[in-house]
Amino acid sequence: MTTNYSELLKRGVQTRRLRRKSVNGFMLSLTGILTLLALVPLFWIIGYVIYRGGKTLNLAFFTQLPKPMGMAGGGVLHAIEGSLIVTLMATVLAFVPGVLAAFYAARNPNTPLGIALRFSTDVLSGVPSIVVGLFGYTLIVKPQGHYSAFAGSVALAILMLPTIIRTTEEMLKLVPGALREGSLALGASEWKTSLNVLLPAAMDGVITGVLLAIARAAGETAPLLFTTLGNERFDLGSIIKSGVQNHQGIFQIMGRIFNSPIDSLPLTLWKYAQQPYPERVDQAWGVALILMILVLTINVIARIWIELRKKKLRG
Amino acid sequence: MENIPQEARTSVRRTLEIEIQELRDALLYLGSMVESQILNSVAALKNRDFDSSRKIIEADLDINRKRYAIEEKVMIAIATQQPMAHDLRLLASILEISGELERMGDYAKGIATINIRMKNDPLLKPLVDIPVMAQKSTSMLHRALTAFIDEDVEVARAIPQEDDEVDYLYDQVYCDLMALIIQDPTTIQRANWLLWTAHNLERVADRVTNICERTIFSATGVMREIETENDKK
Amino acid sequence: MDMKIEIKQKGDWVVDDNPNIKMKTTYLSVNYGKFRALTDINMEISEQKITAIIGPSGCGKSTLLRSFNRMNDLTPSARIEGEIALDGENIYGKNVDVVDVRRRIGMVFQRPNPFPKSIYDNVSYGPRLYGIRDRNNLDGIVESSLRQSALWDEVKDKLHQSGMSLSGGQQQRLCIARALAVQPEVILMDEPASALDPISTLRIEELMHDLAKSYTIIIVTHNMQQAARVSDFTAMMMIDETRSGRLIEYNATNIIFTRPQDKRTEDYVTGRFG
Repeated sequence: MTTNYSELLKRGVQTRRLRRKSVNGFMLSLTGILTLLALVPLFWIIGYVIYRGGKTLNLAFFTQLPKPMGMAGGGVLHAIEGSLIVTLMATVLAFVPGVLAAFYAARNPNTPLGIALRFSTDVLSGVPSIVVGLFGYTLIVKPQGHYSAFAGSVALAILMLPTIIRTTEEMLKLVPGALREGSLALGASEWKTSLNVLLPAAMDGVITGVLLAIARAAGETAPLLFTTLGNERFDLGSIIKSGVQNHQGIFQIMGRIFNSPIDSLPLTLWKYAQQPYPERVDQAWGVALILMILVLTINVIARIWIELRKKKLRG
Repeated sequence: MENIPQEARTSVRRTLEIEIQELRDALLYLGSMVESQILNSVAALKNRDFDSSRKIIEADLDINRKRYAIEEKVMIAIATQQPMAHDLRLLASILEISGELERMGDYAKGIATINIRMKNDPLLKPLVDIPVMAQKSTSMLHRALTAFIDEDVEVARAIPQEDDEVDYLYDQVYCDLMALIIQDPTTIQRANWLLWTAHNLERVADRVTNICERTIFSATGVMREIETENDKK
Repeated sequence: MDMKIEIKQKGDWVVDDNPNIKMKTTYLSVNYGKFRALTDINMEISEQKITAIIGPSGCGKSTLLRSFNRMNDLTPSARIEGEIALDGENIYGKNVDVVDVRRRIGMVFQRPNPFPKSIYDNVSYGPRLYGIRDRNNLDGIVESSLRQSALWDEVKDKLHQSGMSLSGGQQQRLCIARALAVQPEVILMDEPASALDPISTLRIEELMHDLAKSYTIIIVTHNMQQAARVSDFTAMMMIDETRSGRLIEYNATNIIFTRPQDKRTEDYVTGRFG
């Protein structure tokens, strides 16, 4: 006798109904609760940092150099300037090689060089940042004989490289191959196609990758320990002023900037948090708040950019 | 659906094949209707059966309807199936042949009309050659349609040669009637009726030749007029 | 196998008297590594006519088309035997500049592939490659190309808008304009309307008729009715026992679709293939 499958199914649907509904409801609630639990650390941290650091934030904090220890007041202008300079320089150093390497890897995934590149990128992204700092120390600080912003930016650039390469490669892969064919069919050479069609098409994604790399680099402390050391008396404004007064060329001024030891936000945080003076500790919290806002903002901007870009591609 | 061959039922173009098969059947049916009409119209004339002639005239409406039905079916097949090459030639030929058949039906209707118009006038002479012409031309028609369905190019090439025989019979009828007219000019009206009847039958045979040309075109793609022995003289 | 075109036939319609031969393949074979994709293709493409290449999937139509503008060179394992001549000169010759070949022989692809740039930049991309920088010249070329591809009226007020914001049919016409901007002599079209809706398809077909007055067009299509509607000559291709693509029959379109000589062609055009 042939089984009446539709009857079986209908019965099965009906009898298990209540059980299905209650299990479903339970699982949904469980998932919701666990999600909230996972969010707790994030919001707790954000909340606490705002609480502890909020009170030290004022205009002076952003615009003044630190006062000698023990005295109240002062700011972290040096750290802000330092972070900006080092991160900017690192981006400049890492951007072009990263993008070019990604181009090569995307176009030639199966050549020995392409495979080696991919492998190295993966390995490099796993190297502890403190090791990279040590590398920078050995490579630049020791021979030069002094700590410098330049050494710090080299270390940060090495850290940024894997992110940039990987993101750029992913973005290039997303560019439809049809675009390349269309350009070649018009008589363009491979490199002109890459430069004029593929790179602009992937650019949005590449920039996102760079932004994310910057966000990471901005928060790194360990590599800067061995390379920039820290410098509470760093004052960009006065360097520029004295340079202009002494008729120094722009490259000379820049040289002076990059060759001097420099501070940065995470480094400052690390130092201040360990000091016995309560004002310094409070200021550490303030720096933490600045850092957190900075990183959050960059991430949010990057994500929004990705969404806008997706919408644009969909037409 | 029973007479649809196995290949058609499993073909990739099953829908089109079935349409074509139905059209072939319809064409054969129309052909047999026309054959009956021709033979019956001559028999009715011979027997002076007015009822039969009236029925024949009415039946011609069916022939027209059938012809238009075939035409519409062909148009639909062309529009919806995009036939190419042989299929296209075949459908175009069916269109043409159904037109020829309809005109042959008109000839039969003409003969029936003649019978009625003659009213109570006796036949000028007993019908001898005219029934033979009817036999011959309907036989040619039957075989030509079969050749079309079978795509038999050899047979299609051969049938038009028999048109010479029909033409010969027509000449006979003409001479006989002419002789009677010369003898007695008052018979001219009655001679005319018979001459016209013979003429209709001669035209049927001519149209069969067209059907044969269409058969060759459908099968081979070559459209050429067939010349008979008489034509070559 | 020598393919001669039967041009004159009985009756009132004559296809062409003595067309000029724009391109000619001589024993063309294409190998991808060990696989022989095409074998011994011999055909002549008539100037300013539309030639369609039809055949079942995988018979090598696109491979053949891409040989005409050396796009097969982009596949590392591709090897060409035989010749393809453009105006009598082999495009695979020793001293031939591939860039110039691709300028003279343009290509439109199956899926519209406008660059993510403005409409203006899309069309002017080609001329800029060849050193045309003067704004007035570029304006003129852009307008002329967009007019030729029947897109000008629809986009003349929004040349700065992204090419991707156009509809599918418009994008394809944009790609055609882009190809026209470098003043090719031959236009290759790889199933140009297969990704488009029926109305856009018909527009592209009408456009092809207009373009054929000035350009030689070779189109690959799997849509037989399109080939029948659009082309002057049709080439029927099929794979042989070794799965290599061959040219089965090549003749005036009218003949291919009303009385083809080869049974395989007949089976294919009547839809009974496979």
